[in-house]
Amino acid sequence: MKLGLVIDLDTCVGCHGCATACKQWNTSGTIGPLADKDPYGREPVGSWLNRIRSYEVDDTPNSKTVHMPMSCMHCEDADCVTVCPTGASYKRLEDGIVLVDQDKCMGCNLCSWACPYGARELDPEQGTMKKCTLCVDRIYDEKLPEAERQPACVLTCPTKSRVFGDFDDPDSEVSKLVRGRAGKQLMPELGYNPVNTYLPPRNKPVQDQIDPASLKDTVKGWVNKIIAR
Amino acid sequence: MHPAFSVLFFTVLSGAGYGLMILLVIGHLTGLSQLQDGGVLLTAGILSFILIAIGLLCSMGHLANPKNAWRAFNRFKTSWLSREGVFAIAFFPFALIYLGGIWSNGADAGGIFTLAGIIAAVLAIVTLFCTSMIYASLKTIRQWNTSLTPVNYISLGLMSGSLLLAAIQGSVSGGLSTVLYQLALALVVLGAIAKIIYLFWIGKPAGSTINTATGFTQASVRLLDQGHTSNGFLNNEFGYTVEANKLVMLRLLMLAMAFIVPFLLLLTANSNLIVFAAIIAIAGLLVERWLFFAEARHVVRLFHGDQQT
Repeated sequence: MKLGLVIDLDTCVGCHGCATACKQWNTSGTIGPLADKDPYGREPVGSWLNRIRSYEVDDTPNSKTVHMPMSCMHCEDADCVTVCPTGASYKRLEDGIVLVDQDKCMGCNLCSWACPYGARELDPEQGTMKKCTLCVDRIYDEKLPEAERQPACVLTCPTKSRVFGDFDDPDSEVSKLVRGRAGKQLMPELGYNPVNTYLPPRNKPVQDQIDPASLKDTVKGWVNKIIAR
Repeated sequence: MHPAFSVLFFTVLSGAGYGLMILLVIGHLTGLSQLQDGGVLLTAGILSFILIAIGLLCSMGHLANPKNAWRAFNRFKTSWLSREGVFAIAFFPFALIYLGGIWSNGADAGGIFTLAGIIAAVLAIVTLFCTSMIYASLKTIRQWNTSLTPVNYISLGLMSGSLLLAAIQGSVSGGLSTVLYQLALALVVLGAIAKIIYLFWIGKPAGSTINTATGFTQASVRLLDQGHTSNGFLNNEFGYTVEANKLVMLRLLMLAMAFIVPFLLLLTANSNLIVFAAIIAIAGLLVERWLFFAEARHVVRLFHGDQQT
């Protein structure tokens, strides 16, 4: 199995719902609390396992705003695991999930240096490395109804921009999405082989600039200009 | 990258200590006449020992959870940091046996003590190499991911070690050895060349860009919003930026303190001034190591709006 996420950049609205749901679930999950330092102060610092950044892509009139949620990509060639001196970071053979054993981590930060996606953040209170677990404590929980055995970020996404599944299965929803919409990996040139894949925004027709040609519109335009100022 | 002072002191001090031990053992065992003096060998050996011990203690300073530090020897097969730890600890017993031999039998201690000295010197250079490979193996930082990194670490370790060795030999035995003095001169020039090549090499933009980072390779990409109002771990760790004019000043200061002033002081061939040269060079190497971190640009910065690394 190769578990991971597909993220649709066409429909993501950047609401930060996934990040909030992630923090809420994982702060009481297997990796212990996700601490915040000075949470109500001037400079709050805390560990989050999911970050959403917004970009403007291309120039007017083709420009578009793209919201890009980023969590651990559960890379196939995960350097964060090979650089770890203590063996706290590991990648599970059975499903490819990359995890940190909180009881072994010594907080040297080297894995966060080795990660190109900024997926690892040091817990400011505990001094250990925190990262996305792909909600390993949800997806295998047989006490939950089957439809809820998904990561918290996927369940909460209001636009269904996040899809969870097995990339090794060619008929899974994620594999079909990646095939059908030319899914992309981030920074493929570094050779980490990230599992999480991003679906690029669909091309929409460029809106023509409306040129007020009629006399009525021109007069209306003049009047508007005079009155507005 | 955020320059953590614990790591700067660790790499500079233990680098000088390992360099000193390597040159000391080579000089002693190849029969360099000025290094057949028990007093010189013992002083230099103890100084090397102290520098390495202080360095290793400093290296513990940047751990956020040091109670698990003992686990760092666990992943020798994959992790350069683990290898560094194993070799650094393995160095101590051999160096102790070697220095113990000199302390009890003087400079002509042979047999097992010679063997321990050779092993200590080998472990010293291997540890230096492992330290440099921690940085050189990171594909995420193109300023470090180069064979120039190990060249820099080893040449600068040997350079500071040679200055210390010449300084100790000059002040303990009175007359300065011309061989050690010429060796120090040569290593200062070599270290300076290696550093200048590195500075030119990192000057050219290369590697990942904001386009490959976001996957939009056919259009311009600009950051609109990082998604948080105050800096997080990633900003603090990787977002460290130095103003360009300050960078130029620090580079000049580094070249002057680490290479030019020690070189000029060495030319006087005065053993007191060489002590001074060694101290200035080590201070200069601290500036050098600070720049090594401050000038390294991690690819995560691309997600925070940098156009290229």
